[in-house]
Amino acid sequence: MADILFWFIALVTIVSAMTVVLNNQLLYSAIALLFTLFGVAGLYIYLWADFIAGVQLLVYIGGINVLIIFGIMLTNRISSVRLSQTNIQQGVGGVVGFWIFLMLAMVINKTQWYESTGAEPSSTVYEVGTLLMTKYILPFEAASILLLGALIGAAILSRQEN
Amino acid sequence: MDQLNNYLFIAAALFSIGLFGVITRRNGIAVLMGVELILNSANLNFVAFSRFGGMNLDGHIFALIVIVLAAAEAAVALAIVINIYNNLNTINIDEASSMRE
Amino acid sequence: MASIFIQYSLVVLFLPLVAFLIQIFFGKRLPRQGDWVSIGAISITLVLAIIMFVRMIIEYDPGFKHEASFTWLDMGEFKIRLGFLVDNITVIMLLVVALISTCTHIFSTQYLKGDIRYSRYFAYLGLFTFSMNGIVLANNLMSMYMFWELVGVSSYLLIGHWFEKESAANASKKAFLTNRVGDIGFFIGIMILYSAIGSFAFSDIFDGVAKGLIAGSTLTIAGVGLFMGAMGKSSQFPLHIWLPDAMEGPTPVSALMHAATMVAAGVYLSVRIFPILTPDALLVVAYIGGFTAFFAATIAITQSDIKKVLAYSTVSQLGYMILAVGTGVYTAAFFHLLTHAMFKANLFYGSGSVIHAMHHALHEKHDHDTDPQDMHNMGGFKDKMPITYWSMLLSTMAIAGVPLFSGFLSKDAILAGTLSFAQHHPSHFLLPVFGFGAAAITAFYMFRMMFLTFHGEPKTPGIIDNIHESPKEMTGPLILLGTLSVFVWYTLPYLNPISTHGWFTDLVVPNDAAVPGNLTAKEIKAGAHHAHHLAMYLSIAVATIGIFLSWLTYIKKGLSPEAWSKRSGFLYDWSLNKYYFDENYNRYIYQPSLRLADKIAWVDWELYDKYFINGFGRLTNWVSKITGKFDFDVIDQIIVDGMGRITALAGRQLKTIQTGKLQNYLLYVTAGIIILMVIQSF
Repeated sequence: MADILFWFIALVTIVSAMTVVLNNQLLYSAIALLFTLFGVAGLYIYLWADFIAGVQLLVYIGGINVLIIFGIMLTNRISSVRLSQTNIQQGVGGVVGFWIFLMLAMVINKTQWYESTGAEPSSTVYEVGTLLMTKYILPFEAASILLLGALIGAAILSRQEN
Repeated sequence: MDQLNNYLFIAAALFSIGLFGVITRRNGIAVLMGVELILNSANLNFVAFSRFGGMNLDGHIFALIVIVLAAAEAAVALAIVINIYNNLNTINIDEASSMRE
Repeated sequence: MASIFIQYSLVVLFLPLVAFLIQIFFGKRLPRQGDWVSIGAISITLVLAIIMFVRMIIEYDPGFKHEASFTWLDMGEFKIRLGFLVDNITVIMLLVVALISTCTHIFSTQYLKGDIRYSRYFAYLGLFTFSMNGIVLANNLMSMYMFWELVGVSSYLLIGHWFEKESAANASKKAFLTNRVGDIGFFIGIMILYSAIGSFAFSDIFDGVAKGLIAGSTLTIAGVGLFMGAMGKSSQFPLHIWLPDAMEGPTPVSALMHAATMVAAGVYLSVRIFPILTPDALLVVAYIGGFTAFFAATIAITQSDIKKVLAYSTVSQLGYMILAVGTGVYTAAFFHLLTHAMFKANLFYGSGSVIHAMHHALHEKHDHDTDPQDMHNMGGFKDKMPITYWSMLLSTMAIAGVPLFSGFLSKDAILAGTLSFAQHHPSHFLLPVFGFGAAAITAFYMFRMMFLTFHGEPKTPGIIDNIHESPKEMTGPLILLGTLSVFVWYTLPYLNPISTHGWFTDLVVPNDAAVPGNLTAKEIKAGAHHAHHLAMYLSIAVATIGIFLSWLTYIKKGLSPEAWSKRSGFLYDWSLNKYYFDENYNRYIYQPSLRLADKIAWVDWELYDKYFINGFGRLTNWVSKITGKFDFDVIDQIIVDGMGRITALAGRQLKTIQTGKLQNYLLYVTAGIIILMVIQSF
């Protein structure tokens, strides 16, 4: 059962991703992105990363995707004709993308990954929090400064020139 | 499900799809979406390795930071796109090519 | 180290050359225009020549001979050796050249006083002395030829000393060119001998002929060829035309070159090559000499210019010397050369003195029309110019063959030789006829000259008062050479006036001919000795007839020259006009050559230059135009510009990569990564 669900989630993810990049309508792409992110969150569950899944849902879907939709709405021109949203590099790009996937697949196949699993933890929130505050305090602070920078940057960039 | 390779394959697929999107999409926001896909595939990799590598939760931390970064980047990127739209009246990034020779 | 004679000879040879170089380059700036340089050099030469002569007398050896050779040109197999030969003949010649040259130098200081090219004249005199000594000292035909030409050049320069006068310029050209004609034969003769024998040296040639390397008609041709050089230089028929014209030069030059030394070079050459002359060649030599002696004398009797008389007299006397060589008594030829040098130079100096006096007299009277050299304008100078008169009288008696004088002895020897030759070869009776006939005529015209100039009434009024004796620089040589016209000096230590026996005949001994089959020296000497007495009587008789006729005509006025000239009609005309030689040469030789030259020049100018040479030019022009066009249109446009255009094109194409679009760049990056990985995996 879990396997079937796993493959279903994987399929949803992939198909949604394809829709993101191939659809001519931007809003459809944005919604497809939503589904993709959902799928990734599901996969996180399967990987015992419950906290991360939650963060994904909250931040990615609830924050970033919403922002994207805002952006689409703000820059939409109603008079735009249904032109192809992909440029002339489609052919080569497809080839390139496919090739990259092939190479990565070959690498993944050939490599002997170090595998060792422990027990399934009950909840990872506690450990993540602890790690954030002790071992990874520096990246944490750095990330916060980055967020600050982004905030200021975004505010400046979207300022109205008087 | 319990195999690392599966997750890695999915991540690789997401990555190449995201790359395709970055290269081919005409709209700026669509390019941004492709970037999000790539970042997600990286995140998936991290978490998968963290589970199959001995429950070392470093992967989770990495994924967290990446998500934070993605958020910041998305915000700034959208601000830029809106600026471009205000200046050039289009978000077709082919038009933003004043750096050509 | 070479013998003392060779050393002295080298000094004698090169000292005048040094004087020439100094005079030519610095003469004008030296005080007195540098004549003391030349006179000093020549005096030292004279001293050395006298020393050599004295030593030769002391040694008293007929076989006296010093020789020194050096390799001049060495090209492996082909070698030319040049060198110096000093024997009795050489020493005597050197003394003659030095003595007459010194006298000329001193004489010229007065004769050419104030001349515009004074220093150059002395320079050329030095050059001439150097060249003449070179001929005398040569031991081989090659260096003799070189100096031969140099003497010709000096003659050209000196005859044309007053080259503003057209006649002088023409005369100098004529002299040089006539010499060159003779030199053609000379050179051919040298080359025939060289190709047969392989050496230029006299000793080698004599040995070669004796061995029979060259004989018969080839040797005759070679001998005649060499003789042609002598013909040109010694002014023999038919190349005699230049000597009378050469009188345009200053009189001291005439004395030096055209009496004593340069013209004697031909005789000297003949004496040197006597051993290789075949009987046929000797016949040619004898006839040319005899004929020249006779016919030149016949011209001299009608000439009125005092120098022309002496010129033809010189031609005639040179003919005598050549005749002597031809008949075998070549030492007699050399003897006559020696005596002739003394008295003929003296006669020229005397005439120079007279002309100098005439010039001054006419100048004082502001008379520029009367010819100062015409004897018919002179007369009665005897009392006014005593030294000149007595000195010239002594020399005239010598040349006429009066006993007790030097000329008598030498002429006698020659005439004895001709008589002996005719006795042995009765078919050649003309030779003594020529000889004695010329002797008679010589006596006649020489005394005619003396009588017209110094005796009788002055022909030009008023002149005689202004005539006075010449300065001592001019009378000095006159006195010296007049004294040397007496027989005594040549027959010491014997004092027999009718015998030539003396130091000369002891030292200058004839050698056997190298040609097998010629008469030996002994046979010739014996024959001459036999004929000696007959020759002596005949010559005295002939000279007396000549002098008597002359005295009769010009002093006693018993015979009238005008009547006789009318009576002889065309003969007189021919004689006066030198047998029209110059005119005929001009009509039959010069003019046709000039016309031929014109025609050839036309071919050269009109055909060759115009079409061939210019055609080449035009062809080159045309070719260059085509290549220029090719260069411009093809190379420049296509290749050079093309390079530029290709670069521009490439640049434009490559520019399209940089689109400015982000996605393009991204694509390139990823594509690049893929390619790199593909390459890596291989």
